[in-house]
Amino acid sequence: MSNGKYKWIGTRVDRPDGADKVTGRARFGADFNLPGQLMGRVLRSPHAHAIIKSIDTSAAEKLPGVKAVMTAKDLPDQPNLIVPTGEMQVNMRDITRNILAREKALFEGHPVAAVAAVTDAIAKQAIDLIKVDYEVLPHVIDVTEAMKPDAPVLHDHLMTEGVKPPPTKASNIAKRMDNAKGDIEAGWKQAEVTIEREYTTQAVHQGYIEPHAALASAAEDGQLQIWSTTQGHFQVRGFCSRLLGVEVSQIRVTPTEIGGGFGGKTVVYLEPIAARLSQKSGKPVKMVMTREEVFRASGPAPGGTVKVKLGAKKDGTIVAAECEIALQAGAFPGSPLGPACWTSFACYDIPNIKVVGFDVVSNRAKVAAYRAPGAPISAWGVESTLDILAQELGMDPIELRLKNAAKKGTKTSYGPTFDTIGFVETLEAIKNSAHYKTKPKPGYARGVAAGFWFNVGADSSAAAHVAEDGTVTVISGNPDIGGSRASLALMAAEELGVDYSKVRPIIADTSSIGFNFVTGGSRVTFATGLAVVNSVRDMIRELKVRAAKTWGVDPEAVIWEDGMAKPAGSNVGEFEPLSLAQLAASAGKTGGPINGHAQLNAQGAGPGFGVHVVDLKVDHDTGCVHIDRYTAAQDVGTAIHPSYVEGQIQGGAVQGIGWALNEEYIYNAKGRLDNAGFLDYRMPVASDLPMIDALVVEVPNPHHPYGVRGVGEVPIVPPLAAVGNAVSRSMNIRMTDLPLSPPRLSAAIDAATPKIAAE
Amino acid sequence: MNDVRYSAPSTLDEASKAMLAANGTGWILAGGTDLLVQMRSGMRKPGVIVDIKKIDEMMTVQDLGGGSYRIGAAVSGAVLGEHKALKKAWPGVIEAINLIGSKQVQGRASAGGNLCNASPAADSGPALVAAGAILAIHGPNGRREIPVEKLHSGPGRTTLAPGEILVSFTLPARPKGSSDAYLRLIPRTEMDIAVVGVGVNLTISGGKCTAARVGLGAVAPTVLLVEDAGKALVGSSLDDAAIEKAAAACRAACKPINDKRGTIEYRTKIAGVLLKRSTAIAIERAKGN
Repeated sequence: MSNGKYKWIGTRVDRPDGADKVTGRARFGADFNLPGQLMGRVLRSPHAHAIIKSIDTSAAEKLPGVKAVMTAKDLPDQPNLIVPTGEMQVNMRDITRNILAREKALFEGHPVAAVAAVTDAIAKQAIDLIKVDYEVLPHVIDVTEAMKPDAPVLHDHLMTEGVKPPPTKASNIAKRMDNAKGDIEAGWKQAEVTIEREYTTQAVHQGYIEPHAALASAAEDGQLQIWSTTQGHFQVRGFCSRLLGVEVSQIRVTPTEIGGGFGGKTVVYLEPIAARLSQKSGKPVKMVMTREEVFRASGPAPGGTVKVKLGAKKDGTIVAAECEIALQAGAFPGSPLGPACWTSFACYDIPNIKVVGFDVVSNRAKVAAYRAPGAPISAWGVESTLDILAQELGMDPIELRLKNAAKKGTKTSYGPTFDTIGFVETLEAIKNSAHYKTKPKPGYARGVAAGFWFNVGADSSAAAHVAEDGTVTVISGNPDIGGSRASLALMAAEELGVDYSKVRPIIADTSSIGFNFVTGGSRVTFATGLAVVNSVRDMIRELKVRAAKTWGVDPEAVIWEDGMAKPAGSNVGEFEPLSLAQLAASAGKTGGPINGHAQLNAQGAGPGFGVHVVDLKVDHDTGCVHIDRYTAAQDVGTAIHPSYVEGQIQGGAVQGIGWALNEEYIYNAKGRLDNAGFLDYRMPVASDLPMIDALVVEVPNPHHPYGVRGVGEVPIVPPLAAVGNAVSRSMNIRMTDLPLSPPRLSAAIDAATPKIAAE
Repeated sequence: MNDVRYSAPSTLDEASKAMLAANGTGWILAGGTDLLVQMRSGMRKPGVIVDIKKIDEMMTVQDLGGGSYRIGAAVSGAVLGEHKALKKAWPGVIEAINLIGSKQVQGRASAGGNLCNASPAADSGPALVAAGAILAIHGPNGRREIPVEKLHSGPGRTTLAPGEILVSFTLPARPKGSSDAYLRLIPRTEMDIAVVGVGVNLTISGGKCTAARVGLGAVAPTVLLVEDAGKALVGSSLDDAAIEKAAAACRAACKPINDKRGTIEYRTKIAGVLLKRSTAIAIERAKGN
């Protein structure tokens, strides 16, 4: 793995939170309770699009056991102000309306009112007593429909941003985005082969196993405590501060253990409501979503349409590439359109590129981030079109990608020029893999696709404390979703030269450590890892000062090696090395406690690339897909903890396979979601899949002391097209619409072979 | 939520009385794998839950000889799956019952409960219809018997009268050269509900099919006995033409809907595909008997 360069990095140690999680001792969102707490419930709109004429809460308020009832009137309105949340951005004016509807209900499941009562049963009863007078409006679900001039308009103030001249009439198109490189028209003139196709994808949910949950306790003096299952407790604090009008320092948010988020827990739904209900009732208020509420009103990732046009020379050199993307934002503007556009051709060194994107609102739940937000959608179109090009040219799909691969020095269409990246190495890892060198089994077809994600740096704080026995606590502020505690402790142990078991990583609440941006963007091991390394270095600096004091020498004359302070050379004098434990024991005499701190805005996140290959069979009678073999290669920079790196690659691949094969939101004619549960929202189950082989490629990121690149997002980008390309090759019919569900494949096979009997 | 009363009588008469007294708010608890989930989701709000697992007859498997078995309605799928002789005699019935839910659910879920929940997509239905199972029903006026295909009157509805309880189902004796098979189509490999389910039960003697019954699930408001499919097979040598005729009969019998689980066209097509595949399995098994 790491060529013996490191003692701890690259080892597969037990994770610090592992024992608690396998024994059930770990406490997740719904496990937190306070004495005297009330249970909160939300009333949700049954309509996809309706004016809220009035809300009568009087009967609910009179029900014995009900302690507080609220509507949007209990929250101050917010300005038209954009703030970042993970990889995406939200508008404060919209977010307060997403939490509780104001003028209109904009999707089925849109919260309209909330109650807190002494029991959950009374809260449910109270919800049924709230009378809402709706004026039902025509609704629109589909992106293409929502873009039509005669579509029902969701927001009367919404003028398309990014078009000239600015429009004077409101529409559902919130934004147009353009990015380009070279001269696209000149590119088409050079092209000897041109391929053009249009693709669609459906909305998909992140599918985290733990529903949203929050517990809030407002004190009489204005302090507010919140426990929440979130990817970013500092964001929960920030949002609650703005939405409730409470100063940031008055709010303390403690993150619980988190049962998955995948980007979907970078926003707030319940927290501001629970907090306001607690303020109104004077009691702690706990709220937990049902799975149905999770499906109807949280997440999802957008569906969209992608048009792709590629022009190439006969030798496979791509000379022109064009892409048009329209994404569902949900009820409010703000789909991950930027990342979808910018990642589209990022894998390739193409001289002439044109990308246009549209952010479109419709009567669906507002989308949230989901693993590499936007990237899988554009990759579905681009990587499918590349496969058609490979077939047209008679080229091996890996060779075609190698011929056009982005390298150090490649300028992207969205601006930056790549530093050291490992796309070529990743393609070669697949090309040289046992899987790729073995032919698919008879009856099986092979698909290949690649994917890219920027990875993110941003704000992190960390602290390291030496205890009186010489053991170490590493304190950071990012909820641990993918094994980050283990990775941070490994880096601290490596830096400090002590045993991993001597380092205890903890995740502090918002009042106990400096600001940390969300766990998202694949930033924690990189950026918070950097903060941890720097905090340990700060602690080592102090340790050297203490050793110098003990020896009566200059701090510069002390070095830190193998967990001990040593004289820098023989000229310093003859001193026995001082261990961490010895320095800790004498700390009281040398200047008090020994701690280290660091805070930074991490720059230089190393982009990640992945290449996936899959062998599968389509049952031509039923349209069912059987996956026989799946290999995913990825440049991860340095695998700090290889098991969790592999776990991220496998998990991303599985979610992408689900996106490709069966997952979709199914709406009925009234705009209501028909499959708000895991039975009919079909994520893959274990028996659907073979072992996902993860090939870890390590091209270190030059901007991190241990070469870390983000890992978690890249692996969901390639699977859609890898599966789609294999299915299309198996059926000899190019499939362009997701999901590739049995009825859809069966219908495509039947349409292509009309003369042959149904079976 | 209102208070729920729980009773666990040890006789059928007591259970029947408790159900009658509940005046429409009573629900039978066997494994509870449907009822408890429905209660949790707010779909059912029982006043009285009558647990019938303390009643011996509901929990017993009885070998009646000649391949005939009487199976208590509350016996769990896991127990039936481990009953070697029963599994050998009626492989199609048992594989259908063992498809209800996950491994964990199998430890509780019963075929009787699966039938009484009356989903047209229930896995036990088509296999038991093909088998020609006879249901014993105990009620305020004593006992009656009906063929399994007469139990359902629509999605979620049965022909059971107030106070009536499904006690057992009896699989008939079959001559040598008989066997059965059940196949369902689900988009995933587990944890899913049948888009179509087909059960086939047949007897082969001297190279000819002498008896055949076909049960078809998830393509109509109730599980169907497809008599024309059975007729197409009987008297044939189970050649491709006869099987295609049976498949066509299955397709013709379909009255499906378009919903989140499949289209009309898809379900109709799959009914034919699964008839062919399950018939092929039943033939193989029958040859071994």
